[in-house]
Formats: sequence, structure tokens, C-alpha cells
Amino acid sequence: MTNHWIDIKNADAILIMGSNAAEHHPISFKWVLEAKSRGAVVMHVDPKFSRTSARSTFHVPLRSGTDIAFLGGMIHHILENGNYFKDYVVHYTNASFIVSDSYGFRNGLFSGYDPRTSSYDRSSWSFAVDAQGRVRRDPSLRHPRCVFQLLREHYTRYSLEKVADITGVSRENLLRVYEAYAATGVPDRAGTILYALGWTQHTVGVQNIRAAAIIQLLLGNIGMAGGGINALRGEPNVQGSTDHTLLYHLVPGYMSMPLADWQTLEDYNRANTPASSDPQSANWWRNKPKYLVSLLKGWFGEHATRESDFGYSMLPKLERGEDYSYLYLFDRMYQGLIRGGFIFGLNPANSVPNSNKVRKALDNLDWLVTMDVHHTETTDNWHRPGVDPAAVKTEVFLLPSAHRLEKEGSVTNSGRWLLWHYAAVKPPGRARSFGEMIVDLGNRVRKLYRSEPGAYPDPILKASWPEGYDADEVARRINGVFTSDKVVNGRRYRKGNLVPGFGALSDDGSTSCLNWLYCGSYTQEEGNKAKRRDPRQTPMQAAIGLYPNWAWCWPLNRRILYNRASVDPQGRPFHPSKAVIAWEEGSWVGDVPDGGWPPLSSGKGKHPFIMTVHGFGQLFGPGRVDGPFPEHYEPVETPVNRHPFSGRLHNPCYKAVTGDLDRLAAPADSRYPIVLTTYNMTEHWCGGGETRNVPNLLEAEPQLYVEMSPELAEEKGIRNGDPVIVESARGRVEAIAMVTVRMRPLRIQGRIVHEIGMPFCFGWTTPGCGDATNRLTPSVGDPNTSIPEFKACLVDVRKADRLEELAR
Amino acid sequence: MKMSRRDFLKATSAGIACFGLAQLGFDLEPLRAYGARLKISGAKEVVSVCPFCSVSCHVVAHVKDGRLVNVEGDPDYPINEGALCAKGAAILSLTNNPHRVTKPLYRAPFGDTWEEKDWEWVLDRIARRVKDLRDRDFLPTNGRGQRVNRLESLFSLGTSHMDNEECALVHQAMRMLGVVHMDHQARI
Repeated sequence: MTNHWIDIKNADAILIMGSNAAEHHPISFKWVLEAKSRGAVVMHVDPKFSRTSARSTFHVPLRSGTDIAFLGGMIHHILENGNYFKDYVVHYTNASFIVSDSYGFRNGLFSGYDPRTSSYDRSSWSFAVDAQGRVRRDPSLRHPRCVFQLLREHYTRYSLEKVADITGVSRENLLRVYEAYAATGVPDRAGTILYALGWTQHTVGVQNIRAAAIIQLLLGNIGMAGGGINALRGEPNVQGSTDHTLLYHLVPGYMSMPLADWQTLEDYNRANTPASSDPQSANWWRNKPKYLVSLLKGWFGEHATRESDFGYSMLPKLERGEDYSYLYLFDRMYQGLIRGGFIFGLNPANSVPNSNKVRKALDNLDWLVTMDVHHTETTDNWHRPGVDPAAVKTEVFLLPSAHRLEKEGSVTNSGRWLLWHYAAVKPPGRARSFGEMIVDLGNRVRKLYRSEPGAYPDPILKASWPEGYDADEVARRINGVFTSDKVVNGRRYRKGNLVPGFGALSDDGSTSCLNWLYCGSYTQEEGNKAKRRDPRQTPMQAAIGLYPNWAWCWPLNRRILYNRASVDPQGRPFHPSKAVIAWEEGSWVGDVPDGGWPPLSSGKGKHPFIMTVHGFGQLFGPGRVDGPFPEHYEPVETPVNRHPFSGRLHNPCYKAVTGDLDRLAAPADSRYPIVLTTYNMTEHWCGGGETRNVPNLLEAEPQLYVEMSPELAEEKGIRNGDPVIVESARGRVEAIAMVTVRMRPLRIQGRIVHEIGMPFCFGWTTPGCGDATNRLTPSVGDPNTSIPEFKACLVDVRKADRLEELAR
Repeated sequence: MKMSRRDFLKATSAGIACFGLAQLGFDLEPLRAYGARLKISGAKEVVSVCPFCSVSCHVVAHVKDGRLVNVEGDPDYPINEGALCAKGAAILSLTNNPHRVTKPLYRAPFGDTWEEKDWEWVLDRIARRVKDLRDRDFLPTNGRGQRVNRLESLFSLGTSHMDNEECALVHQAMRMLGVVHMDHQARI
């Protein structure tokens, strides 16, 4: 989230799309309703009517996978009706940038596409520069090659008629949303967009969010109280575990994982440190070398010296363009290329697409270590229904894990607040925390490498690794410490003292820090700030629900990102009664500003979007692999074989694995005419491994069901409560029919398309509740993130004559 | 206390009736205070964070004689202000749960049962598996002769259930081994 949970109350308009916040982030809705009670309009755009819809001002159903068409129509509406916030757009976004002549877009393809590799050469998506290397701009926004005009031209095609035709949303409903939301394009009104996996889990997932970001920039909603682009992050510490990076392609703090082409630290820095020739651009990532060297110091301690490239040479290096995410991991496992591994508190046998294949892939492992609080479909895969354990070679370990209340440490909420939790009780029996297990295991591996020869032991033996697990000690390592005595801002710090903030991190080896974003969270002066429980706030902070002394938030306790865009170039708040920051008597008050420089008009200020190279919000976003502007493409499995915006049916860059079990339905496949979307529920959690083992939660939601409209049910001869079979090109699933007007038939291109919805939390280890919905979903994904397309695929549904998975 | 469904209904309808009396002017505070005392009197209060979605509601855990007896929303936390959803309200039964795995378990290749093992045995055996696999499959260089230090045949998945401190160590450990197949819930 750019903003935070409480800040939702400051919005004048709330667009909830790709999220069912009331059911999946229930307490967030407290703040949505607070905004509504203060007069905000709350709109829910979603295929299914849910409790979010029921509490919204109105609900608009649309077909899964058509969000960009819907949002593209809104961009068109805003531009054609002049609803954008002109000063903001001119001063703070790249609307005025002149795009190079080599950029183009034709019939669904941007310039630079190579059909042999299904990828773009992005070099033509660049800006025209002057002799000093600065981007050429036209603040009048009239130049035919400026971003603003290219944006207008791109979305001219997204007329109400075409958008209605492909999304299934009526013209009236489109206008209702567009007008209510575009009304926030004035200085003293703010709109927020709340999204979740309903946007990310598509082959156009990143571009869904890009489209929302463009709308927010046009309306001047980023940096404002009640504004922002707000990902309602799902799992318990998914924010912190992303920051600390349990992902292949990054190292902690959102820095690239080294590639084979970057053999030395110098190669890495050259490829990854952006340069700007504009003195008013903060270009914050220019500091990256300091953060990387401090990370290497954290990992290798005294072995990280300038002479040894700080240990950089010991790190693994990825192949450029190679994908090591779930989709590809399980495909390689299925092919027998993966031999062993760790699954910590995750249930991929239920929660990864095409789970029939995932389950077979797991059989190919020589050994598997699982750590969990319960038996799950993953831990017990070796004796799943229909499989003879005597034929499964895998050696499986199931290590009993402590749960949240049984250990101490920190988590990070969706608003980036760092929160400490204390251990209330001891883990049951012999259960241990993940931290205890991984530290102990690491030390045993180190002992083996010390006592006998082995492959390249250096990174293992030279690692700075704790003797035992102590969350407090690791929190200090994360914040960072000085490795020698040093004076910062006139204050003397001794070797081993905590670093006060990331401004003090250095690339000379004098600081060690496991994550620069968290630097400043644990200081000599104030201790562990995740533990702070102080509600004090100034009246200005109280007016927008800012709690600067409660816990701590990255970066540097800044609660609303890009807040310099909430003030005019003189530092005066655009919206004085909901001011985030203000320049008063030579200093900033309110939130922690995005950099302490004076306002822009002083000539000493910086452009507000400090994480981008040029300092401007990116309407034209050349950083994504599938285009600088979002463009509508159909899901890989789609009920139509054409759409009104171009001749290119699918995202030309989408990711997919191919194999004998990765069958796909053809576009408008008559065997699978129905769209399926999948979701969570309030009472169960993700793959369901934990919550199905909690009796009261299982009693509340005991069994797999499928929601379908009365019209579809009648067509198929299905009554409410009937057992049914849902089938895709990859698998079949038993479910109980829930016939409900919550699902509506949609009129698409002049004919009726049905959509059904199913939760995915049920699995065979809970007897009679049903089994994985993800046996239906395909292994295709977004080209930027490789996030699978869980939210739209094709199925058929029929009445079942007998049941094997479900108890009646 | 053992309570049948019928008893439960009786108790709740009595509660509803009492609520009616309260509206007529009876002071139920002493009764409520007595009821609360039964469960949490003398209990230690410990602040924790709900382990589900990333609203990260705060809870107050009541601990008596080392045992968790009650969990409720933290009224002081400015985001949830004491409120919890169905899952958050079930933390007590999630923690005190008869289905929990409480001992290290081992399933031998081609075996048909779980066997209980002690920590020493399982951790030593896993360390041995890790080293053997790494020694066998470690890839020092790629086809172009570039140094890559990769262990491609060993993977790590999960988890967003980990604390930040645990994540930082897991990432470090995996990179030291050379692991590149690393992913977690952020992508699914």
C-alpha cells in the first residue's frame, strides 16, 4: 500500500476492484465504512456480488479478466471530459515528456516485438533527450509525441460501446463508476483504489495495476490522504516476507538478484544503478551500491572486504531471462530435474495451479522437508487418494512448527507498519519456530562442511551465521550496525552500534544491514521501534488518522508514500483540511516527507516521485516487459475469440509451461463454455491447511461449493444443493451447487456468457470436504511477475451422479 | 466444561433474556465482571498479532499457568480497535488444537506410515541430505564459462507465515547454498 489501513477513511471515493475486502480483509472494511459514513461513494466492481458489494454504495458485475478494458474506458472518460488534475499532471507526472520517434503501437502490439521469442526489445520505448541528456518536455501537453497525447490516442479506442461489449458491464454502470470516481480529479477530493489478487492473478496482472496507477496519477490521488494505490496484501506477513524476499529474482530490499552477466560487484552496480542528469531528480536508487554492500557485510561479516568484492563473487548468479518461480519449478520437478527441497508453511499441492501435475511432480523428489502446524495435502501427498505409497520414493520430513502466539518477532502489515509480537505460550510438544529450525539446520550443514570436503564451501563457511535463534538479535542485524567507529551527523557511533537510518549506510564496508528499507527501525536512541505503542499525534496528524509514534513504518516511518505530491510547488497542501505534509516556517510538518528538501519552487527541491529515475509519476511506464501503456488482452482461456481493441487476442508475452498435463482450452472452446473464477473465504485461509483443522471454522464453512446463477442452473438442470462436477481441460472437481443471484449472466458480444466461482481452500486431508479447486486452473502467468492466472479459466459444469470426494 | 448444543442454546437464550432485563434497568455489570473473572482473572496479558491477513490486527492473549485461556482483539491498537474477524476470533482454537503436529515425523521412502523421531536425528539427516545433494549437483559455472554458483536441484518454498527475522535468515541460508528455485505466497 502507498497509504495505510486507517487512511482509507479519508477517501471521498473508493473503488474496490479485484478484491472482496469485506470478506477477505474484514477489519479493513471498518475504515471503508467509516469513509462511507462521512459521505464517500464506495463502488465494488467484481464478477460476484459479495458482502463487499452489499455494503458498498453500488456493485457492478464484470467478466473476469476484462479489468483493463474497464479501466481503459475510465482513462478515456477522464481525458475526454477534462476530469484530470492539470497542475498535478503537468508538475508531477511524465505527461509532458516527449517520447522518442521510434516508439509505436499498432494492432495490439507495441514497437520492438519479436514473435520468435514472444518478447519486446524495449529500447524504442524511450524519451527524447536534449544535448545535456535531459528529457525533452512540453508543459503545454500539446506536442503530438508527448506522453499525454500518446495516452489520449491509445485509449481513444476504449469507447463505452466497446468496453460494454467485452466486459459485460452496461453503459449506465460504466458511466456511474467513471463519473463518481473521476470527480476526485480536483485538489480537495481524494479517491483510493483497493485491489488484491483479483487483479494480480491474471496474465495481464501488472498492467491491471498500471492502469489503476495511471488513473490515480491523472486524478492527482497519489501522495494524498485518502488516495493512493493500495494492494490489500493477503497472507499474514506477505509484506515482510516480500521485503525480506523469499523470492528468486531479488535480494532483500527490492534489489535485483545477480545475473551471470554481472560477474563482479562493479558489473552489478553499473547495470543496476540508475543515473539522472536532472539536478532536481532525487533518483533514490543511485544509492543502491550502499545498500548492496551493507547487505553483503551482513551476510559475510569480516569476510566481506573490499579486496574480496565484499563476497559478491560467492553469490549464486541467475541466467538472464530464466524463470525459477513456481510454474517453472513444478514443471522441472515433474520432469525429474529437482531432487529435494524445503516447504515451509505452504500447501502447494492445493494452492498452485494444475494441482494434479503439482502432486505428481512432488512424487519425483528424493527427499522433501516440510515444516507445518498441521498435516496438509502437501505433507501427506505420498498417500493421497488413488496413490499407492509403496510406489512413492520420496523421503518426507514433517517438522512441527510453532504458531504466531508461540514465538516472538516482527511482521509487517500491508501499510508497511513493522509490528512486534510477543510469545504468549510455549509451542506444543516438541514444536519449534522456523527460526530455531533454520539456524540449527544451518549450523549442522556448516559443521559437515567444516569436517569433510565438499563442493565450494566458501559461502557456507564464510557466512555470518548466528549460533542460536534470537529474534531480537536478528532484528538488530536487519536494521544494521556499524562495523567500525564512525561519526554521523556529528554523533559518534562505536563499532557494533545500531545504524540510525539508511542515509548512514555506506558502500565502503563500514556498515552492515540485512535490509536497507528497515534501517532506522531499531536504533541506539529509541530501541526496537516495532514495539512502540504510543498514540500521540499532532492535531494535523490526528485529522487524517496518522499515528507516527505507534510501531514504525518503512521507509523512515513515512506513512504515506510520495507525499511530496500532496503539496503544490510552494509546499502548500492541495487539500488543507486533510494535509499530509506542509512547509511551515522553513520545515516540513505532518508526515515524514519523501526527502527533507525544501519545496520545488525554492529551486533546491526535488521532484516528488523519488524512486523513479526522473522523479515523475509514470503515465508512460517503459519498465514493464509487456508495454508502456496497459492494453486489453483476453485471459489465456477465454470464452471469446476476438475483442474490439485489436487483432491480438492474448498478452503477446504471457508465460506458460507446456507438457502433457498442461492442456489449454481453445478460445471460445465449445467444450468449456463457462468462465471460472476462484477465491478465498472469511473462515478459511488460502489452501486451508490451518483453518480446516479448526473445528469452529470448519463447521462454519464445511464443504466445497460452486456459486452459479439461477439462469445457468436452469440451463444445466441443476438445483441448489445438487452435487456437480466442474471440469476443465486439466481436471475435474466435485462441488455442491450454490444457485444464487450473486452470480449474474453477462452479455458479451451479443450473447450470454456464464461465470461461476469457487473457493480453493478445501483438500482431501479433511475427510468429505472436497478436494483442490486448483486442479482446474492453468499454469500460465503474467510476463512481469509469473503470477499464475487463477482468476479466469474455462470449465463446464454438470450434475454429478455419484460422489467420491464429498460427503453427503 | 462439557456443553451440548442444547445447553449452548439454552445459555445463549438466557443471555438474550438478560439483555432484555438490562434494557429495563437492571445493572448487569457485576455479573459480567464475575463471568469474565472466571476465565481470565490472574491471567498474564501478552500482545500478539493475528496470523492471517495483513491487516495484522492486534490481539491480547491471556495466559494462565503457562496455558492460553483466552484471545481477544486489542482495543488499544488503532487499526482494529479490538475487532476481529471469524478467523482472528478462532486463534484460541487454532493454537490449542488437537490436530497440531507436535513431534518431528518421518516417512521413509516407499513407506506407508509416519514415524516419530527426535530432533537430533531428523536435523542431522536433513543436513546430510542437503550436503550430499549440493556436493552432487552444485554448478560452479554455466555453459559460457561464467561463474554462477548455483544449486538448481534443491528448492525452497514459503512462507508468508514467517516473521521478518526468520525470512531474513532463510533467504541468507538459501543463497549461501546456491539455491535459485525460491518462491513463496507472494506469487500465488
